[in-house]
Amino acid sequence: MMAESVLFFTELLGLPVLDIRGRRIGRVRDAAIVPLVHPARVDRFLVGGGWAWLTVRYDQVASISLEGIRLSDELLTPYHSDEYMLRIGRDLLDQQIIDVNGRKVVRVNDVTFEIRSATGNGNGHHGPNGNGRNCLYVLEVDVGIRSIVRRLLQGALPLLVIRKLQRAIPPNSIRWEFCNIVEPDPQRRLRLNISHEKLEKIHPADLADIVEELGPAEREAIFETIDSEVAAEALTEVDPKMQASILESLEPEKAADIVEEMAPDEAADVLKGLEESTSEEILEEMEVAPESEVRELLEFKEDTAGGMMNTEFISLHESATVADAMAALKGNEDQLESLNAVFLVDGDGRLTVTVPLARLFIAAGATPLRQLATETLISATVTEKQEEVTELFDKYNLLALPVVDEDGRLAGAITADDIISVLRNK
Amino acid sequence: MLKSLRSRILIFLAVLGPGFITANVDNDAGGIYTYSQAGAKWGYLPLWTLIPITIALILVQEMCSRMGAVTGKGLSDLIREEFGLRVTFVVMTLLVLVNLTNVMANFAGIASSLELFHISRYISVPLGAVGIWLLIVKGNYKSAEKIFLFACVIYVAYIISGILVKPNWTEAAIYSFKPVLMLDRDYIEMLIGLVGTTIAPWMQFYLQAAVVEKGITAKEYAQSRVEVIFGCIVTDVVAFFIIVACAGAIWSNGPKDIESAAQAAVGLKPFGQYAYLLFSAGLLNASVFAACILPLSTAYSVCEGLGFESGVDKRFGEAPIFYWLYTLLIVIGAVVVLMPSFPLVKMILFSQVINGVLLPIVLIFMIMLANNQRLMQEWTNSRFYNFAAWVTVVVMIGLSLALAGISVRSF
Repeated sequence: MMAESVLFFTELLGLPVLDIRGRRIGRVRDAAIVPLVHPARVDRFLVGGGWAWLTVRYDQVASISLEGIRLSDELLTPYHSDEYMLRIGRDLLDQQIIDVNGRKVVRVNDVTFEIRSATGNGNGHHGPNGNGRNCLYVLEVDVGIRSIVRRLLQGALPLLVIRKLQRAIPPNSIRWEFCNIVEPDPQRRLRLNISHEKLEKIHPADLADIVEELGPAEREAIFETIDSEVAAEALTEVDPKMQASILESLEPEKAADIVEEMAPDEAADVLKGLEESTSEEILEEMEVAPESEVRELLEFKEDTAGGMMNTEFISLHESATVADAMAALKGNEDQLESLNAVFLVDGDGRLTVTVPLARLFIAAGATPLRQLATETLISATVTEKQEEVTELFDKYNLLALPVVDEDGRLAGAITADDIISVLRNK
Repeated sequence: MLKSLRSRILIFLAVLGPGFITANVDNDAGGIYTYSQAGAKWGYLPLWTLIPITIALILVQEMCSRMGAVTGKGLSDLIREEFGLRVTFVVMTLLVLVNLTNVMANFAGIASSLELFHISRYISVPLGAVGIWLLIVKGNYKSAEKIFLFACVIYVAYIISGILVKPNWTEAAIYSFKPVLMLDRDYIEMLIGLVGTTIAPWMQFYLQAAVVEKGITAKEYAQSRVEVIFGCIVTDVVAFFIIVACAGAIWSNGPKDIESAAQAAVGLKPFGQYAYLLFSAGLLNASVFAACILPLSTAYSVCEGLGFESGVDKRFGEAPIFYWLYTLLIVIGAVVVLMPSFPLVKMILFSQVINGVLLPIVLIFMIMLANNQRLMQEWTNSRFYNFAAWVTVVVMIGLSLALAGISVRSF
């Protein structure tokens, strides 16, 4: 990129502003984007003369360079706070934003603009020098040492000397498209056209790490606005203590939407961490089916098989064939990602055998499932202690363990990922 | 009723850590020396300062933990966001300098306490440095915090050694509440030293970051406040026993200047092997403890304020500046103690001068931040609290500037 076409925000601050006749009317104090109009173009320059600040619209500017900003219009309005402006100096500089591409929280040291010449495509705005007018576009947000050095030296050395000095330090910048600003105030979010949609594309585990680094208000803002399904997945990965404080900060309806999307065992774990009145409020807002499932799980103690198990599993009658199992899998596609086995039950719902999922693929469609079952049936009762369950997984190298109630009826299943969480939290 | 008491205790245990640890690390090698010297030279007279010191400590610490719980951000984060990069850079530079000399002083404490057990500093200091480095780099903060809490318990050693010395309890009780002011230059310098070393800038950064790290929310804040107050009181109870031990053992045989905390331990020898051993073990524990926390807290504060990746859960390549800073602070702190020609005393005096500059800045920023409606919402300081906090801050600034002045003169 041509060096002359780039301008840093620290350089822009303090640049002299010259009127049509070349008289200096003040210096740049801040610059603002109006995201509803354009996501990256600097729409206003705020200029400080004597007592008050003036506002310069982007189409009142003729040229922008390191020497200063030349105007093409005389009619400047006094500055007054405008809710639709994202002021770079006030709202962006020194604040934390999310680097969507690098999946982390960063602090803004400086902002890089590109100086572009408008080609005058007749969009209605035309000052005296309409054609060839210079505009500033936000190109990147700068983090890292180079931008720190630049900011510390600003004003102490001439601009060009600083540019030369910083060349020795490798740049560290994030393209503006990949920057996500987090704004806790919902009204301001609308006015600044801030959405958290970009965050939904981040892996939930990474998103969980990101929200853990933010303050409580920002955390709440993210969970309030992103898709409930993504929120549920991310919330599952967040530190348990923080899960509770996030759900407590949300409106019960939104919290219920998120909890509904979680696996019932995880939903139950999260709700157990809340105060009873709050978890009751959330349960009341939930749909009937997931609510009763979660309520059943809440009955069990956390450190028993009942408390660990998931009630989403696939069970078939003991006379079923491979083809029946395939049909059942097709009907439960949302479970496939973490499924390791299907279970067979008798007419009363009592567990008879476990069939490892992989065996289905090498058997013909008409094969009875019983023939594919594991030789010994290993299961746990709902009251079995956590340590004993963990031991079973270790001893028999299990991926999934069926859990039965006192009468031997299949109640749920524990999978290896539940065990890993238990072991890690020890 | 019983259930609510139980759940309250459980919540208290869940928030236990930040305030308790911070306040205890305040009694580091330098602090122990100051208290020992006060007791050895002036006996029970300085005890009355402990109550006002405790109140000042609580006022300042409470603001930090409240800010951490409400904003979920560290102090250096808030300074950066509200006061900009340049100010943050200046504050961080001063913080690194002050903390580096504190690390040196604590490695010196490790060296001299183990020399009492006939272990050469050329063995104890390198081993200590490597151990401290590994604890944080190879461990994680949760397990480290448990070790730190255990280290807090070892401060009981001072209480026991204070009792073993059999000091004059009546006098100790009287002078705890009876202010004694004398227009004696040495006495006033001692008072300034006593108060001036109590509130250190690093504590505010560490405490707030630890509260955030622990995930304490505004809702749990009531318990967290109790924890902070409890920590401050325990710390000054320990200080009380150090002063009393030295008063009973050394001053009662004639007022005496001591040159190091280790010398104070030797002074306890006539009162039995245990009093002496416990006092030395306490010094070792305090020095190791502070040498652990100071480099870690410094690296965290600097990286947060300047926007570098930080955290012991990151790998070296992910957070290079964090790890380099942490490592360098330990290495320099340890190496300096092994160089016989290094002017350590001058460095410590110099650090008190920088401290006199840094502390006012940090305290004033803190009051401004704690009153910022946008950040603190309904949790800003009340009017009475502000009055008390300003009085404390003005007194603290006056005393630390005076201490800086004394240090300049002693160069």
